[in-house]
Amino acid sequence: MTEAEARAVIYDILSGIAPEADPVTVAGDEDLREALDLDSMDFMNFVVALHERIGIDIPEADYPRLRTLDGAIAYFAR
Amino acid sequence: MSDFLMPALGADMEAGTLVEWLIKPGDRVKRGDVIAVVETQKGAIEVEIFDEGVVSELVVPVGTRVAVGGLLARIGERAGPQPEAPAPVAPRQATAPQPPASPTAPAMQAAGGARVTPAARRRAAELGLDPAALAGTGVEGAVSVADVEAARRAAPPAAVPLAPPLALAKPSRRTGFDPAEMRKAIAAAMGRSKREIPHYYLSHTVDLHPALAWLEAFNAAQPVPRRLLPAVLLLKASALALREVPQLNGTCVEGVFQPGSGIHPGWAISLRGGGLVAPAIRDTDALALPDLMAAIRDLVQRARSGGLRSSELASPTVTVTSLGERGAETVTGIIYPPQVAIIGFGSISTRPWVVDGRVEARPLVTVSLAADHRVTDGHIGALLLSAIERLLQEPAKL
Repeated sequence: MTEAEARAVIYDILSGIAPEADPVTVAGDEDLREALDLDSMDFMNFVVALHERIGIDIPEADYPRLRTLDGAIAYFAR
Repeated sequence: MSDFLMPALGADMEAGTLVEWLIKPGDRVKRGDVIAVVETQKGAIEVEIFDEGVVSELVVPVGTRVAVGGLLARIGERAGPQPEAPAPVAPRQATAPQPPASPTAPAMQAAGGARVTPAARRRAAELGLDPAALAGTGVEGAVSVADVEAARRAAPPAAVPLAPPLALAKPSRRTGFDPAEMRKAIAAAMGRSKREIPHYYLSHTVDLHPALAWLEAFNAAQPVPRRLLPAVLLLKASALALREVPQLNGTCVEGVFQPGSGIHPGWAISLRGGGLVAPAIRDTDALALPDLMAAIRDLVQRARSGGLRSSELASPTVTVTSLGERGAETVTGIIYPPQVAIIGFGSISTRPWVVDGRVEARPLVTVSLAADHRVTDGHIGALLLSAIERLLQEPAKL
Protein backbone atom coordinates (compact mmCIF):
# COMPACT_ATOMS: atom_id res chain seq x y z
CA MET A 1 0.00 0.00 0.00
CA THR A 2 1.19 3.52 -0.74
CA GLU A 3 1.93 6.16 1.87
CA ALA A 4 -1.17 8.09 0.81
CA GLU A 5 -3.36 5.02 1.23
CA ALA A 6 -1.87 4.24 4.62
CA ARG A 7 -2.38 7.82 5.75
CA ALA A 8 -6.03 7.79 4.60
CA VAL A 9 -6.78 4.57 6.50
CA ILE A 10 -5.05 5.82 9.65
CA TYR A 11 -6.90 9.16 9.57
CA ASP A 12 -10.19 7.39 9.06
CA ILE A 13 -9.67 5.02 11.99
CA LEU A 14 -8.47 7.79 14.29
CA SER A 15 -11.43 10.00 13.49
CA GLY A 16 -13.69 7.13 14.52
CA ILE A 17 -11.87 6.65 17.83
CA ALA A 18 -11.46 10.35 18.66
CA PRO A 19 -14.42 11.93 16.83
CA GLU A 20 -13.99 15.37 18.36
CA ALA A 21 -10.37 15.70 17.25
CA ASP A 22 -8.99 16.24 13.76
CA PRO A 23 -6.12 13.83 13.12
CA VAL A 24 -4.94 15.98 10.21
CA THR A 25 -3.70 18.53 12.75
CA VAL A 26 -1.44 16.01 14.51
CA ALA A 27 2.26 16.38 13.72
CA GLY A 28 3.96 13.38 12.16
CA ASP A 29 6.28 12.78 15.10
CA GLU A 30 3.77 13.48 17.87
CA ASP A 31 2.68 10.66 20.16
CA LEU A 32 -0.86 9.91 19.00
CA ARG A 33 -1.89 8.88 22.49
CA GLU A 34 -0.97 12.30 23.86
CA ALA A 35 -2.18 14.30 20.87
CA LEU A 36 -5.61 12.63 20.69
CA ASP A 37 -5.94 11.63 24.36
CA LEU A 38 -6.12 7.91 23.61
CA ASP A 39 -6.27 5.56 26.57
CA SER A 40 -5.02 1.97 26.55
CA MET A 41 -8.31 0.67 25.18
CA ASP A 42 -8.44 3.35 22.45
CA PHE A 43 -4.91 2.48 21.34
CA MET A 44 -5.75 -1.20 21.31
CA ASN A 45 -8.83 -0.48 19.20
CA PHE A 46 -6.62 1.53 16.83
CA VAL A 47 -4.29 -1.45 16.37
CA VAL A 48 -7.19 -3.88 15.97
CA ALA A 49 -8.79 -1.62 13.34
CA LEU A 50 -5.49 -1.33 11.44
CA HIS A 51 -5.19 -5.10 11.49
CA GLU A 52 -8.75 -5.59 10.26
CA ARG A 53 -8.60 -2.93 7.55
CA ILE A 54 -5.14 -3.62 6.20
CA GLY A 55 -5.17 -7.34 6.83
CA ILE A 56 -1.67 -7.90 8.15
CA ASP A 57 -0.57 -9.32 11.46
CA ILE A 58 0.97 -6.83 13.88
CA PRO A 59 3.14 -8.44 16.59
CA GLU A 60 2.72 -6.80 19.98
CA ALA A 61 6.41 -5.91 20.00
CA ASP A 62 5.74 -3.61 17.03
CA TYR A 63 3.02 -1.56 18.78
CA PRO A 64 5.47 1.20 19.82
CA ARG A 65 6.15 1.86 16.12
CA LEU A 66 2.48 2.72 15.64
CA ARG A 67 2.47 5.48 18.24
CA THR A 68 3.18 8.27 15.76
CA LEU A 69 1.68 9.02 12.35
CA ASP A 70 5.09 8.86 10.68
CA GLY A 71 5.85 5.55 12.34
CA ALA A 72 2.51 4.00 11.46
CA ILE A 73 2.61 5.18 7.85
CA ALA A 74 6.13 3.81 7.44
CA TYR A 75 5.02 0.53 9.00
CA PHE A 76 2.27 -0.11 6.46
CA ALA A 77 3.63 1.62 3.36
CA ARG A 78 6.06 -1.04 2.35
CA MET B 1 -50.21 -9.28 36.01
CA SER B 2 -47.11 -7.31 36.90
CA ASP B 3 -46.08 -3.68 36.68
CA PHE B 4 -43.05 -2.48 34.76
CA LEU B 5 -41.58 0.46 36.66
CA MET B 6 -38.98 3.12 35.97
CA PRO B 7 -35.78 1.51 37.28
CA ALA B 8 -33.23 3.24 39.52
CA LEU B 9 -30.10 3.33 37.42
CA GLY B 10 -27.71 4.21 40.20
CA ALA B 11 -27.92 5.97 43.52
CA ASP B 12 -28.09 9.41 42.01
CA MET B 13 -31.03 8.95 39.64
CA GLU B 14 -34.37 10.54 40.50
CA ALA B 15 -36.23 10.34 37.19
CA GLY B 16 -35.80 9.45 33.56
CA THR B 17 -37.50 10.35 30.29
CA LEU B 18 -39.05 7.57 28.25
CA VAL B 19 -37.78 8.13 24.72
CA GLU B 20 -38.69 4.92 22.94
CA TRP B 21 -40.92 1.89 23.38
CA LEU B 22 -39.60 -1.28 21.72
CA ILE B 23 -42.80 -3.17 22.51
CA LYS B 24 -46.49 -2.75 21.90
CA PRO B 25 -49.60 -4.22 23.55
CA GLY B 26 -49.87 -7.92 22.69
CA ASP B 27 -46.11 -8.48 22.40
CA ARG B 28 -44.67 -11.38 24.33
CA VAL B 29 -41.66 -10.45 26.45
CA LYS B 30 -39.21 -12.52 28.43
CA ARG B 31 -36.67 -11.85 31.14
CA GLY B 32 -33.73 -9.82 29.85
CA ASP B 33 -35.49 -8.32 26.80
CA VAL B 34 -34.75 -4.67 26.15
CA ILE B 35 -38.21 -3.14 25.99
CA ALA B 36 -37.69 0.61 26.31
CA VAL B 37 -35.09 3.33 26.05
CA VAL B 38 -34.84 5.88 28.84
CA GLU B 39 -32.84 9.08 28.67
CA THR B 40 -30.95 9.72 31.90
CA GLN B 41 -28.09 11.91 33.03
CA LYS B 42 -25.85 9.06 31.93
CA GLY B 43 -27.24 9.07 28.41
CA ALA B 44 -29.76 6.84 26.69
CA ILE B 45 -30.08 3.57 28.59
CA GLU B 46 -31.67 0.42 27.20
CA VAL B 47 -34.07 -0.81 29.87
CA GLU B 48 -34.58 -4.54 30.32
CA ILE B 49 -37.54 -6.34 31.83
CA PHE B 50 -37.25 -9.01 34.50
CA ASP B 51 -40.68 -10.58 34.17
CA GLU B 52 -42.21 -12.50 31.38
CA GLY B 53 -45.65 -12.35 29.90
CA VAL B 54 -47.63 -10.40 27.37
CA VAL B 55 -47.68 -6.64 27.26
CA SER B 56 -51.18 -5.49 28.16
CA GLU B 57 -50.74 -1.75 28.34
CA LEU B 58 -48.15 0.94 27.75
CA VAL B 59 -49.15 3.39 30.46
CA VAL B 60 -46.74 6.19 29.64
CA PRO B 61 -46.36 7.75 26.21
CA VAL B 62 -43.01 8.55 24.66
CA GLY B 63 -41.57 11.85 25.86
CA THR B 64 -42.81 11.55 29.43
CA ARG B 65 -40.51 12.20 32.38
CA VAL B 66 -41.17 9.58 35.06
CA ALA B 67 -39.85 9.38 38.62
CA VAL B 68 -37.95 6.28 39.70
CA GLY B 69 -40.53 3.65 40.64
CA GLY B 70 -43.23 5.21 38.45
CA LEU B 71 -45.47 2.89 36.42
CA LEU B 72 -44.44 2.52 32.77
CA ALA B 73 -46.34 -0.51 31.50
CA ARG B 74 -48.45 -3.45 32.61
CA ILE B 75 -47.48 -6.99 31.74
CA GLY B 76 -50.12 -9.74 31.68
CA GLU B 77 -49.95 -13.44 32.48
CA ARG B 78 -47.82 -15.83 30.50
CA ALA B 79 -50.82 -17.28 28.72
CA GLY B 80 -51.91 -13.90 27.54
CA PRO B 81 -54.28 -13.18 24.70
CA GLN B 82 -53.18 -14.01 21.21
CA PRO B 83 -51.79 -10.92 19.56
CA GLU B 84 -54.52 -10.98 16.93
CA ALA B 85 -57.37 -11.37 19.41
CA PRO B 86 -59.02 -8.09 20.23
CA ALA B 87 -57.20 -7.69 23.49
CA PRO B 88 -59.48 -7.00 26.44
CA VAL B 89 -57.30 -4.11 27.39
CA ALA B 90 -58.04 -0.93 29.21
CA PRO B 91 -58.41 2.34 27.31
CA ARG B 92 -55.56 2.39 24.92
CA GLN B 93 -52.98 4.87 26.01
CA ALA B 94 -51.53 4.94 22.55
CA THR B 95 -54.58 6.76 21.21
CA ALA B 96 -54.05 9.62 23.59
CA PRO B 97 -52.38 12.63 22.03
CA GLN B 98 -48.69 12.32 22.63
CA PRO B 99 -46.83 15.18 24.20
CA PRO B 100 -43.99 16.48 22.08
CA ALA B 101 -40.97 14.25 22.38
CA SER B 102 -38.17 15.70 24.43
CA PRO B 103 -35.56 17.47 22.33
CA THR B 104 -32.95 14.91 23.30
CA ALA B 105 -35.10 12.02 22.18
CA PRO B 106 -33.41 10.02 19.46
CA ALA B 107 -35.39 9.41 16.32
CA MET B 108 -38.07 6.79 16.84
CA GLN B 109 -38.54 3.66 14.88
CA ALA B 110 -38.34 3.84 11.13
CA ALA B 111 -41.77 4.53 9.74
CA GLY B 112 -43.42 1.25 8.96
CA GLY B 113 -40.09 -0.55 8.96
CA ALA B 114 -38.00 -2.54 11.36
CA ARG B 115 -37.61 -1.05 14.79
CA VAL B 116 -34.08 0.04 15.58
CA THR B 117 -32.72 1.02 18.99
CA PRO B 118 -30.99 4.42 19.16
CA ALA B 119 -27.66 2.86 20.01
CA ALA B 120 -27.96 0.49 17.07
CA ARG B 121 -28.86 3.39 14.81
CA ARG B 122 -25.74 5.31 15.85
CA ARG B 123 -23.46 2.30 15.53
CA ALA B 124 -24.88 1.51 12.11
CA ALA B 125 -24.28 5.10 10.99
CA GLU B 126 -20.68 4.84 12.14
CA LEU B 127 -20.22 1.69 10.12
CA GLY B 128 -22.08 2.98 7.08
CA LEU B 129 -24.75 0.28 7.40
CA ASP B 130 -28.48 0.66 6.86
CA PRO B 131 -29.99 -0.58 10.14
CA ALA B 132 -33.43 -1.07 8.60
CA ALA B 133 -31.93 -3.65 6.25
CA LEU B 134 -30.59 -5.80 9.08
CA ALA B 135 -32.24 -8.79 10.70
CA GLY B 136 -33.30 -7.85 14.23
CA THR B 137 -33.11 -10.30 17.11
CA GLY B 138 -34.36 -7.97 19.87
CA VAL B 139 -37.93 -7.78 21.09
CA GLU B 140 -40.36 -8.26 18.20
CA GLY B 141 -37.46 -8.19 15.80
CA ALA B 142 -36.03 -4.83 16.84
CA VAL B 143 -32.52 -4.25 15.53
CA SER B 144 -30.05 -3.98 18.43
CA VAL B 145 -26.38 -3.07 18.66
CA ALA B 146 -25.59 -6.78 18.74
CA ASP B 147 -27.30 -7.17 15.36
CA VAL B 148 -25.31 -4.31 13.88
CA GLU B 149 -22.08 -5.79 15.23
CA ALA B 150 -23.03 -9.17 13.82
CA ALA B 151 -23.56 -7.56 10.42
CA ARG B 152 -20.20 -5.84 10.68
CA ARG B 153 -18.47 -9.12 11.48
CA ALA B 154 -20.30 -10.87 8.68
CA ALA B 155 -19.10 -8.31 6.14
CA PRO B 156 -15.98 -9.37 4.27
CA PRO B 157 -12.94 -8.02 6.18
CA ALA B 158 -11.53 -7.06 2.97
CA ALA B 159 -10.09 -4.79 0.56
CA VAL B 160 -9.27 -1.68 2.51
CA PRO B 161 -12.41 0.40 2.19
CA LEU B 162 -10.61 3.67 1.73
CA ALA B 163 -13.69 5.71 1.30
CA PRO B 164 -16.02 5.53 4.33
CA PRO B 165 -16.52 9.25 4.21
CA LEU B 166 -14.98 11.15 7.07
CA ALA B 167 -17.66 13.76 6.84
CA LEU B 168 -20.37 11.19 7.39
CA ALA B 169 -18.60 9.39 10.20
CA LYS B 170 -18.15 12.54 12.23
CA PRO B 171 -21.52 14.12 12.90
CA SER B 172 -23.12 10.73 13.40
CA ARG B 173 -20.77 9.99 16.30
CA ARG B 174 -22.71 10.95 19.38
CA THR B 175 -21.38 10.44 22.82
CA GLY B 176 -24.86 9.47 23.94
CA PHE B 177 -24.84 11.77 26.95
CA ASP B 178 -24.93 15.43 27.82
CA PRO B 179 -21.65 16.32 29.60
CA ALA B 180 -23.36 18.93 31.79
CA GLU B 181 -26.00 16.44 32.97
CA MET B 182 -23.35 13.77 33.47
CA ARG B 183 -21.38 16.21 35.63
CA LYS B 184 -24.48 16.79 37.79
CA ALA B 185 -24.95 13.04 38.24
CA ILE B 186 -21.33 12.59 39.29
CA ALA B 187 -21.54 15.57 41.64
CA ALA B 188 -24.67 14.19 43.30
CA ALA B 189 -23.24 10.69 43.80
CA MET B 190 -19.79 11.81 44.93
CA GLY B 191 -21.19 14.55 47.18
CA ARG B 192 -23.41 11.99 48.88
CA SER B 193 -20.47 9.60 49.23
CA LYS B 194 -18.27 12.21 50.87
CA ARG B 195 -21.07 13.28 53.22
CA GLU B 196 -22.30 9.86 54.25
CA ILE B 197 -19.51 7.33 53.91
CA PRO B 198 -16.62 7.33 56.40
CA HIS B 199 -13.90 6.18 54.03
CA TYR B 200 -10.65 4.54 55.00
CA TYR B 201 -7.82 4.20 52.51
CA LEU B 202 -5.04 1.67 51.97
CA SER B 203 -2.51 1.18 49.22
CA HIS B 204 0.02 -1.45 48.32
CA THR B 205 2.73 -1.79 45.66
CA VAL B 206 2.67 -4.97 43.60
CA ASP B 207 5.35 -6.41 41.32
CA LEU B 208 3.73 -7.17 37.96
CA HIS B 209 6.73 -8.89 36.40
CA PRO B 210 5.20 -12.40 36.50
CA ALA B 211 1.82 -11.15 35.24
CA LEU B 212 3.25 -9.11 32.37
CA ALA B 213 5.69 -11.84 31.33
CA TRP B 214 2.80 -14.30 31.20
CA LEU B 215 0.68 -11.77 29.29
CA GLU B 216 3.40 -11.16 26.71
CA ALA B 217 3.70 -14.88 26.01
CA PHE B 218 -0.07 -15.28 25.87
CA ASN B 219 -0.51 -12.36 23.47
CA ALA B 220 2.31 -13.53 21.20
CA ALA B 221 0.22 -16.60 20.37
CA GLN B 222 -3.01 -14.64 19.74
CA PRO B 223 -4.24 -12.77 16.68
CA VAL B 224 -4.46 -9.00 17.20
CA PRO B 225 -8.17 -8.82 18.13
CA ARG B 226 -7.83 -11.50 20.82
CA ARG B 227 -4.94 -9.99 22.73
CA LEU B 228 -5.43 -8.91 26.32
CA LEU B 229 -4.65 -5.67 28.11
CA PRO B 230 -2.99 -5.80 31.55
CA ALA B 231 -6.19 -4.29 32.97
CA VAL B 232 -7.97 -7.61 32.42
CA LEU B 233 -5.56 -9.38 34.76
CA LEU B 234 -5.97 -6.65 37.36
CA LEU B 235 -9.77 -6.87 37.22
CA LYS B 236 -9.83 -10.66 37.37
CA ALA B 237 -7.41 -10.73 40.32
CA SER B 238 -9.63 -8.19 42.10
CA ALA B 239 -12.73 -10.31 41.54
CA LEU B 240 -11.03 -13.47 42.80
CA ALA B 241 -9.71 -11.60 45.84
CA LEU B 242 -13.27 -10.46 46.61
CA ARG B 243 -14.29 -14.12 46.76
CA GLU B 244 -11.87 -14.46 49.66
CA VAL B 245 -12.90 -11.17 51.28
CA PRO B 246 -16.64 -10.92 50.59
CA GLN B 247 -17.09 -8.21 53.23
CA LEU B 248 -16.03 -5.67 50.59
CA ASN B 249 -18.44 -6.88 47.88
CA GLY B 250 -21.96 -5.59 48.41
CA THR B 251 -23.93 -2.55 49.46
CA CYS B 252 -24.61 -0.65 52.66
CA VAL B 253 -28.19 0.55 52.97
CA GLU B 254 -29.16 2.48 56.09
CA GLY B 255 -26.09 1.24 57.89
CA VAL B 256 -26.71 -2.44 57.15
CA PHE B 257 -24.33 -4.37 54.90
CA GLN B 258 -25.92 -6.58 52.26
CA PRO B 259 -23.50 -8.97 50.54
CA GLY B 260 -23.57 -8.92 46.74
CA SER B 261 -25.50 -11.68 45.00
CA GLY B 262 -22.31 -12.36 43.02
CA ILE B 263 -19.14 -10.48 42.18
CA HIS B 264 -20.30 -7.82 39.72
CA PRO B 265 -17.65 -5.09 39.63
CA GLY B 266 -18.54 -1.77 38.07
CA TRP B 267 -15.73 -1.06 35.61
CA ALA B 268 -14.93 2.66 35.58
CA ILE B 269 -14.97 3.99 32.01
CA SER B 270 -13.88 7.51 31.25
CA LEU B 271 -15.93 9.14 28.50
CA ARG B 272 -14.44 11.39 25.89
CA GLY B 273 -15.62 14.91 26.48
CA GLY B 274 -15.70 14.40 30.25
CA GLY B 275 -17.64 12.05 32.44
CA LEU B 276 -17.45 8.65 33.93
CA VAL B 277 -19.68 5.59 34.15
CA ALA B 278 -19.01 2.31 35.93
CA PRO B 279 -21.38 -0.35 34.56
CA ALA B 280 -21.26 -3.86 36.01
CA ILE B 281 -19.59 -6.90 34.51
CA ARG B 282 -21.60 -9.70 36.04
CA ASP B 283 -19.83 -12.64 37.68
CA THR B 284 -16.39 -11.37 36.72
CA ASP B 285 -14.77 -13.97 38.99
CA ALA B 286 -16.17 -16.75 36.79
CA LEU B 287 -15.17 -15.29 33.41
CA ALA B 288 -12.17 -16.59 31.47
CA LEU B 289 -9.69 -13.82 30.62
CA PRO B 290 -10.58 -13.60 26.89
CA ASP B 291 -14.27 -13.38 27.79
CA LEU B 292 -13.55 -10.68 30.33
CA MET B 293 -11.53 -8.74 27.74
CA ALA B 294 -14.43 -9.00 25.30
CA ALA B 295 -16.84 -7.85 27.99
CA ILE B 296 -14.72 -4.78 28.75
CA ARG B 297 -14.37 -3.84 25.09
CA ASP B 298 -18.09 -4.22 24.53
CA LEU B 299 -18.88 -2.17 27.61
CA VAL B 300 -16.51 0.66 26.67
CA GLN B 301 -17.97 0.82 23.18
CA ARG B 302 -21.54 0.91 24.46
CA ALA B 303 -20.74 3.38 27.23
CA ARG B 304 -19.42 5.76 24.60
CA SER B 305 -22.22 5.25 22.10
CA GLY B 306 -25.14 5.33 24.55
CA GLY B 307 -26.08 1.65 24.57
CA LEU B 308 -25.70 0.67 28.22
CA ARG B 309 -28.41 -1.50 29.76
CA SER B 310 -30.36 -0.85 32.91
CA SER B 311 -29.12 -4.01 34.62
CA GLU B 312 -25.51 -2.94 34.12
CA LEU B 313 -26.05 0.38 35.86
CA ALA B 314 -28.21 -0.92 38.67
CA SER B 315 -26.20 -3.92 39.79
CA PRO B 316 -22.52 -3.19 40.59
CA THR B 317 -21.41 -4.66 43.93
CA VAL B 318 -18.02 -2.87 43.99
CA THR B 319 -16.10 -0.56 41.66
CA VAL B 320 -12.73 -1.20 40.00
CA THR B 321 -10.83 1.56 38.25
CA SER B 322 -7.60 1.22 36.30
CA LEU B 323 -5.89 4.39 35.12
CA GLY B 324 -4.13 2.71 32.20
CA GLU B 325 -0.71 3.29 30.73
CA ARG B 326 -0.89 7.08 30.58
CA GLY B 327 -2.50 7.57 33.98
CA ALA B 328 -1.07 8.77 37.28
CA GLU B 329 0.83 6.45 39.57
CA THR B 330 -1.84 6.13 42.25
CA VAL B 331 -5.55 6.73 42.57
CA THR B 332 -7.42 7.22 45.84
CA GLY B 333 -11.00 6.37 45.01
CA ILE B 334 -14.35 7.69 46.19
CA ILE B 335 -16.90 4.98 46.89
CA TYR B 336 -19.98 4.95 44.65
CA PRO B 337 -22.94 4.64 47.03
CA PRO B 338 -24.43 2.33 48.15
CA GLN B 339 -21.35 0.22 47.43
CA VAL B 340 -18.79 -0.24 50.20
CA ALA B 341 -15.47 -0.29 48.34
CA ILE B 342 -13.56 0.88 45.29
CA ILE B 343 -10.32 -0.74 44.13
CA GLY B 344 -7.93 1.42 42.11
CA PHE B 345 -4.89 0.60 39.98
CA GLY B 346 -2.43 3.32 39.00
CA SER B 347 -0.36 3.23 35.84
CA ILE B 348 2.27 0.52 35.58
CA SER B 349 5.79 1.93 35.80
CA THR B 350 9.25 0.38 35.91
CA ARG B 351 10.99 1.09 39.22
CA PRO B 352 13.72 -0.39 41.41
CA TRP B 353 12.46 -3.36 43.43
CA VAL B 354 14.29 -5.74 45.71
CA VAL B 355 14.14 -9.37 44.63
CA ASP B 356 16.08 -11.96 46.66
CA GLY B 357 18.25 -9.29 48.23
CA ARG B 358 19.14 -7.59 44.94
CA VAL B 359 17.77 -4.46 43.33
CA GLU B 360 16.11 -5.09 39.98
CA ALA B 361 14.07 -3.00 37.55
CA ARG B 362 10.52 -4.28 37.79
CA PRO B 363 7.12 -3.14 36.45
CA LEU B 364 5.18 -2.05 39.52
CA VAL B 365 1.60 -1.00 40.11
CA THR B 366 0.10 0.69 43.15
CA VAL B 367 -3.20 -0.91 44.16
CA SER B 368 -5.43 1.19 46.37
CA LEU B 369 -8.59 0.53 48.29
CA ALA B 370 -11.12 3.00 49.62
CA ALA B 371 -13.67 1.24 51.83
CA ASP B 372 -16.61 2.07 54.08
CA HIS B 373 -15.62 2.10 57.75
CA ARG B 374 -19.23 1.45 58.79
CA VAL B 375 -18.84 -2.03 57.32
CA THR B 376 -15.18 -3.06 57.65
CA ASP B 377 -11.88 -2.03 59.20
CA GLY B 378 -8.46 -1.64 57.67
CA HIS B 379 -7.50 -5.18 58.57
CA ILE B 380 -10.10 -6.58 56.16
CA GLY B 381 -8.98 -4.09 53.51
CA ALA B 382 -5.38 -5.20 53.88
CA LEU B 383 -6.42 -8.83 53.41
CA LEU B 384 -7.99 -7.88 50.10
CA LEU B 385 -4.89 -6.06 48.84
CA SER B 386 -2.61 -8.89 49.85
CA ALA B 387 -4.90 -11.40 48.11
CA ILE B 388 -4.72 -9.30 44.92
CA GLU B 389 -0.92 -9.28 45.16
CA ARG B 390 -0.76 -13.04 45.66
CA LEU B 391 -3.14 -13.76 42.78
CA LEU B 392 -1.13 -11.57 40.41
CA GLN B 393 2.01 -13.63 41.13
CA GLU B 394 0.34 -16.68 39.54
CA PRO B 395 -1.22 -15.23 36.39
CA ALA B 396 -1.75 -18.60 34.72
CA LYS B 397 -4.37 -19.36 37.37
CA LEU B 398 -6.39 -16.22 36.73
